Amino acid sequence: MKSIDSIASGGTKATSRQMEFVTVMVAGQLLGLPISRVHDVFVVSEMTTVPLAPGEIAGLLNLRGRVVTAVSLRRRLGLDDATGMERRMAVGLENHGEAYGLLVDDVGEVLKLDPDEMQPNPVHMDRGWVGLSQGVHQLRDKLLIVLDVDAVLAFETEREAA
Amino acid sequence: MDDLLLEFLTETNEHLETVDVEMVRFEQDPNNEAILSNIFRLVHTIKGTCGFLGLPRLEALAHAAETLMGKFRDGMPVTTPAVSLILTTLDRIKEILGELERQGAEPEGSDSDLIEMLEKMAAQEAPPPVAPAQPVKSQTSGSTVYQVLERELKPGEVSLDDLERAFQEAPGPQTASTSGSLTYQVLERPLKPGEVSLDELERAFREAPGPAPLVIEKPVASAPKVPAAPPAPAQSAKKNAETSDSGESGEGMAGKVQTIRVNVDTLEHLMTMVSELVLTRNQLLEIARRSSEDHGYKVPLQRLSQVTAELQDGVMKTRMQPIGNAWQKLPRVVRDLSNELSKKIELVMQGADTELDRQVLEVIKDPLTHMVRNSADHGIENPADRKAAGKPEKGTIRLNAYHEGGSITIEIADDGKGLNFAAIRKKAVERGIATDSEVERMSDAQVAKFIFHPGFSTAAKVTSVSGRGVGMDVVKTNIELIGGTVDIRSEQGRGTTFTIKIPLTLAIVAALIVSSKDQRFAIPQVAVSELVRVSPSSEHSIERINGTPILRLRDRLLPIVPLSKVMGLSGNEDANHGFVVVTQVAHQRFGILVDGVFHTEEIVVKPMSSKLRHIQLFSGNTILGDGAVVLIIDPNGLARMVGSEADSNEFQSDAGTEQTVAAADDMTSLLVFRGGGESLKAVPLSLVTRLEEIEASTIEWSSGRPVVQYRGRLMPLVSCDEELAIKRQGMQSLLVFSDGDVSMGLAVAEIVDIVEDKLDVELLAERSDLVGSAVVRGRTTEIVNVAHYLPMVLETWARKDRRASQDKSLLLVDSSTFFRDMLVPVLKASGYRVQTASTAQEAVRLLSGGLHADIVVTDLELSGHSGFALVASLRADPHHANTPVIGMTVKPDPQQIALARKLRISEIVSKIDRRGLLSALAELNASFEEAA
Repeated sequence: MKSIDSIASGGTKATSRQMEFVTVMVAGQLLGLPISRVHDVFVVSEMTTVPLAPGEIAGLLNLRGRVVTAVSLRRRLGLDDATGMERRMAVGLENHGEAYGLLVDDVGEVLKLDPDEMQPNPVHMDRGWVGLSQGVHQLRDKLLIVLDVDAVLAFETEREAA
Repeated sequence: MDDLLLEFLTETNEHLETVDVEMVRFEQDPNNEAILSNIFRLVHTIKGTCGFLGLPRLEALAHAAETLMGKFRDGMPVTTPAVSLILTTLDRIKEILGELERQGAEPEGSDSDLIEMLEKMAAQEAPPPVAPAQPVKSQTSGSTVYQVLERELKPGEVSLDDLERAFQEAPGPQTASTSGSLTYQVLERPLKPGEVSLDELERAFREAPGPAPLVIEKPVASAPKVPAAPPAPAQSAKKNAETSDSGESGEGMAGKVQTIRVNVDTLEHLMTMVSELVLTRNQLLEIARRSSEDHGYKVPLQRLSQVTAELQDGVMKTRMQPIGNAWQKLPRVVRDLSNELSKKIELVMQGADTELDRQVLEVIKDPLTHMVRNSADHGIENPADRKAAGKPEKGTIRLNAYHEGGSITIEIADDGKGLNFAAIRKKAVERGIATDSEVERMSDAQVAKFIFHPGFSTAAKVTSVSGRGVGMDVVKTNIELIGGTVDIRSEQGRGTTFTIKIPLTLAIVAALIVSSKDQRFAIPQVAVSELVRVSPSSEHSIERINGTPILRLRDRLLPIVPLSKVMGLSGNEDANHGFVVVTQVAHQRFGILVDGVFHTEEIVVKPMSSKLRHIQLFSGNTILGDGAVVLIIDPNGLARMVGSEADSNEFQSDAGTEQTVAAADDMTSLLVFRGGGESLKAVPLSLVTRLEEIEASTIEWSSGRPVVQYRGRLMPLVSCDEELAIKRQGMQSLLVFSDGDVSMGLAVAEIVDIVEDKLDVELLAERSDLVGSAVVRGRTTEIVNVAHYLPMVLETWARKDRRASQDKSLLLVDSSTFFRDMLVPVLKASGYRVQTASTAQEAVRLLSGGLHADIVVTDLELSGHSGFALVASLRADPHHANTPVIGMTVKPDPQQIALARKLRISEIVSKIDRRGLLSALAELNASFEEAA
């Protein structure tokens, strides 16, 4: 992850204009979550699956005495579950007073990026992804998708409306 | 000022609640001075505080009410209009208080209307007939003693002013009366020594003005002279003591127990923290359990555990409130209702001090009020009707609350007319909740449940009472929301009892931890009635009817729900090992099949994530001692999932057997026999021609098929199920089914019995060789579908019949699947090409769709649409105007026959008379040939 530490976008702008992102990796894709929304990052040990639950929900976790709903970012992005992972990482989020854990493949560094340099989503990007992405940042050797946390956790409302 | 006002509001609201209740009591018992003085004091307190806080409207109202009550005290007769007026005034006061709470100031407006009425009422009957001296005296004395007691109990209260004033206002004869009451006291002492109230009375004496000590001596001296006191004064003394007692207990609620007001939020927070503490304790205990070494922390841990438990208890107690708090409004409600409806209703409340969590209390408050309202409005009859029914004019609504296990049971019983099941049935059909035939077949208990359907009301007329606020559906929803259940028992003319069972608390529940497919779940203990270990070899083994698991438990069939199946955890459906958690939800009983049962644990219920709340199977989740997150199964939700399946099954099978049952006058003769498996099978005896036992050696095998020579013909044999091989030696039992001169032998292992029983098919089998299963003589029995076997030998059958038939097409219209299945093979065997329709509409659609039918055979009692209507529409159609029709009916009556003649129905035959049908068909054929 060191490679993405050196920020592509010059870093000449004032720090106050920059936003910090927690970077995560899912299926080789780099994604960023606004740090203001991230409570913590933790390793998932034991997870209770919930029968009859929507596919996006991987299960329930006990995070220091609190029951956290684990949402699989892979499934949210329409990807298959990862196999053979020795440890699963989760990003703790909060939405409408409820605790969620977003399951990701790996968690990287925190990046400071300038919101002005964010590019809109490419027009031919997967529709499922477009709904969850606020835009794309060009890093030196990689592209970073800025995740819309609310959209990522908003799957149930769609279901209910359907 | 703000704090003061808030304090005033809470206190005054409480006082008003009490006054409400007391007022109703007082109306029933107008001579009870203790009640009156209590009311008087409360209203006076309100008035005083209002004046102090500068609330002129409230003060004026309270003053006017107090004046009227003062008249009562002076002996004015207590009338219902007067009490109503005071209650109305109290309502107005409450309204103003409500506004005050919202806006912080007394609302604008005038109460001159009420005040005027109050004054008028007070003035109108102002000079009451001067009461006889004696009662007046004792009255005064009662209140005086009482007042003194009050002061002793609560010094420095605002009401002290009033007391003093009461003293001042007390009329002259006080001295005399005091002496009177003192005399009683002395008499009282030998009667009831050591009573608590005595002490207080003595203290009261000491504080009483001068003359008292003087008087005391006299009776003491005279006491030995008259050892047996004259009965009259003794009695009145007792009465006096009683009144002061009751006055005291009324007081006691507020006065004796030291209380402080705590914000509910503070308590809630405390509760949450304790919940967390319990969880952490559980985790620690789990760790201690796992490690065998003692690092010296086990003893302190034990102590911690104990303290935590006590703390939990303590905090739970702070949240506990007597259920009486939820009942407080009810006497008033019932009183108003009985006036409004001109009924006489008595409200009896038992177990008002039964405590439950305030959260639960809040939820059930409104449902309870609604149910009492309902009982008063719909349950209790008016006095005339009650008299006519030989019941006392006064109806009784009984509320009873008690603890039972970890839950609280509340009963609301009335001795009214009971539920009108006929009306409910009718209404259910009208509203399209169930069909005619369905409601016919339902038990009264099932029918009663309809009243929980949204918008269901059988009230002939809508009164101002019914149809406002919550309905019974909301009652049920509210109660189920907190994991409770409602049950109805009703007896025509005897009354209705609702039984509500709710958990004591919502926050922490005892739960049974079970496992299914390596995943653990918690089942609230309240719903669990027993545990049964099942395995194929043990006494309790799971039987299957067409794959649907069932357990025989004390002669009842218990539907089994494998947890893994409802959870979709596995496709392995033939699990036979494990435990059955027998669960009771209201009237519904079912067993949950799980793989393992661990232990019970106090679990802290955490709400489901909003993303998962739609799964009705779970009511929440929790963290167990070992830190694992476990889902809590909602028995109500599971019952709904099971219920919806069971209901549809029930209806299906209803349709199948309904006609049979009707035809056989509810009782059907069944031939019970055994096939290859363990299970019993049965077939309606009417279908069996003969029972035979033949030497197996006489069975011949022609091209691999067993046949036997029977009455000079070859009769094909069929085994009744695949597991049963037709015997090669010994004796083989046969059931012979014949039609004309064609017969078929059904080989069975053993003929068990012929029984007369109600054929009540419980589950519809998907298998074509079974109609379903029923409990026959207390045992699960599969009802065999004879029609299934006929095609197996149809070759012979058809060959034989083709000779006689002209290959005509026939349309069979019958709403009963059972009958269609029975008749189709018979008709086919007779050489007809048979088309079937289950309803008149379907038949018309088939015919208008171009189906050619030479003959129509229809049931005249089709469900939904009459068979006659079908024939009439046929006759109206030129294509079918002359199509011969044979009508089938259960019992032909003259009216039907006349109608049939009119519609040119060729023949009416009885439904169960297959031979009659065939001969009618043969006759028709003959006439065809003649015509040709």
